[in-house]
Amino acid sequence: MRRAALIAIPYAWLLALFLIPFAVVFKISLSDIALAIPPYTPTAKDGIWTMLSQLDFENYVFLSEDDLYWKAYLSSLQIAFISTVLTLMVGYPMAYAMARAPEAWRPTLLMLVILPFWTSFLIRVYAWVGILSNEGFLNQFLLWIGVIHEPLTILNTPTAVYIGIVYTYLPFMILPIYSALDRLDGSLIEAAEDLGCSRLKAFWLITVPLSKNGIIAGSFLVFIPALGEFVIPSLLGGSGTLMIGKVLFEEFFSNRDWPVASAVAVILLLILVVPLVLFQQNQQRQTEAGA
Amino acid sequence: MKTTMLSTVAAFALTGAALADEVRVYNWSDYIDEELLEKFEAETGLELIYDVFDSNEVLETKMLAGSSGYDVVVPSGTFLQRQISAGAFQKLDTSKLPNAGNLWEVVEARTAQYDPDNAYSINYMWGTTGIGVNVGKVQEVLGADAPMGSLDLIFDPANMEKLASCGVHFLDAPTEMIPAALKYIGEDPDSHDPDVIAKAEPILMGVRPYVTKFHSSEYINALANGDICVAFGWSGDILQARDRAAEADNGVEIAYNAPSEGALMWFDQMAIPADAPNPEGAHMFLNFILDAQNMAQASNYVYYANGNLASQEFLVEDVIGDPAIYPDEATLENLYTTTPYPAKVQRTVTRMWTKIKSGT
Repeated sequence: MRRAALIAIPYAWLLALFLIPFAVVFKISLSDIALAIPPYTPTAKDGIWTMLSQLDFENYVFLSEDDLYWKAYLSSLQIAFISTVLTLMVGYPMAYAMARAPEAWRPTLLMLVILPFWTSFLIRVYAWVGILSNEGFLNQFLLWIGVIHEPLTILNTPTAVYIGIVYTYLPFMILPIYSALDRLDGSLIEAAEDLGCSRLKAFWLITVPLSKNGIIAGSFLVFIPALGEFVIPSLLGGSGTLMIGKVLFEEFFSNRDWPVASAVAVILLLILVVPLVLFQQNQQRQTEAGA
Repeated sequence: MKTTMLSTVAAFALTGAALADEVRVYNWSDYIDEELLEKFEAETGLELIYDVFDSNEVLETKMLAGSSGYDVVVPSGTFLQRQISAGAFQKLDTSKLPNAGNLWEVVEARTAQYDPDNAYSINYMWGTTGIGVNVGKVQEVLGADAPMGSLDLIFDPANMEKLASCGVHFLDAPTEMIPAALKYIGEDPDSHDPDVIAKAEPILMGVRPYVTKFHSSEYINALANGDICVAFGWSGDILQARDRAAEADNGVEIAYNAPSEGALMWFDQMAIPADAPNPEGAHMFLNFILDAQNMAQASNYVYYANGNLASQEFLVEDVIGDPAIYPDEATLENLYTTTPYPAKVQRTVTRMWTKIKSGT
């Protein structure tokens, strides 16, 4: 009895906070736009059966016919993928250095990685506007040391979006890799070196494979939220940066087209389910291996 | 489970009680002298919660979702008209607005086309949509005879290509940009014919690659800092940028021009949502704004004209004497207004706008 109750809690949580909202969004995605409160028709006020009989997949047909949405999905996938690779390239050496640092320093280094979370995410992204703008700190500095003579246009370009995503999600990449490297048995590398491996070869043959799980976990933790990212592209990206999070906001707030916005959201969720399932499987394999 | 339900209900009951001495106002960003907010609280003893937005579309999304929790909101005329027909507002109780006599019939006659008899709203401010330029930079790029007062500046790709190097912002508002593009090619800016509206697309698409950003509030600071050299935006916002640049003394000189081809004239109206938690407090706020001196203080601060005749004697010369704010007869004739699009046309318009912004 108690066991059943314990299992029921997470399921009730999932039902209340995921399935029910999803059902609501899915229902709106089958409705038609209307100038009313709420701005779609039919609603439950019309009676359940009338409502159900009036729902259709028209909005999904609309989405599939319009290449804007495909382009936005593809471009989000591309931006999320490139950002994940960049974050890995920046994050791995940092995690490696942290794991190799003297024992006494590690808590401080770990603290420094987590420290940015103490400030609001929004404020940190806004700070990048001040750094990257044409009259911003970065350009002022580069002009001052004489590297450039004309200010670089970085803000409102895809470059700024990559900088923003890499900066924001870096801790999510560093922490799992660090925890994998931290557990790494140093004698394995010594053994490899004794057996004639160069340091670089030992790194590729021993360190990287043994930190694979950290790399996979970190990459998913960056890739999944980056795919639906809205704040970073809207603050740092220009009009040409096409991301599905932005399209979703546009449909909902600018076009006030809730049914189409809901259809976009449902498809985004379906696309996200794939990496989520992969991530889940990886975690499970890891737990089993650990046990 | 039961206790959580009970405490949630209790929490709702408590917020309900607190709402009676609170007034929640949702207004445009950079649109009031904040001293007025403190003054309202001091005069009435009510707590004022003041939030801001920068797009009519965002406001409408909140209005049509219902239960926005706001007591006073400020949509522009065409949006007000749509939302009235959706049943989003309640009629004003004029017995609670003794200062309503201060209103200016010239403006009231125009706002009545959106809100018949002005039954649901009072005018807060009005203005035009036009071109803000960083005079020095534009002349540096385009020469001393740059067409700074003409739509040629922003819709001729040859000009825009050069201006792209110093930065151009457009409003992120199809209901502002499409009429301007139609006016540029000599079509009726208020056309509801999809075929005519479609003619705006190539104009906007032609200059889109040179637009740094479509945004409806960032341009104030971006112009003032010198980050951009041209903005197509709202009159008072650009005049605020001019003022901020002058205060910062950073060598940036900003000027506003209503396009010589004709400019859109718009009206921002204060209205009370149908489900406002505190309609009593909302009327007190409207009456406070209708006070001649308060209204003048707001206009003197944000450089927009208002619909309050009695306030005019308190306006500073910089505001009442500036034809960019209070247009003279000749300019007034060159201004046009628009009406809301029917639902089907609306989707064409918004779809076209998404296409233009994303460049696909």
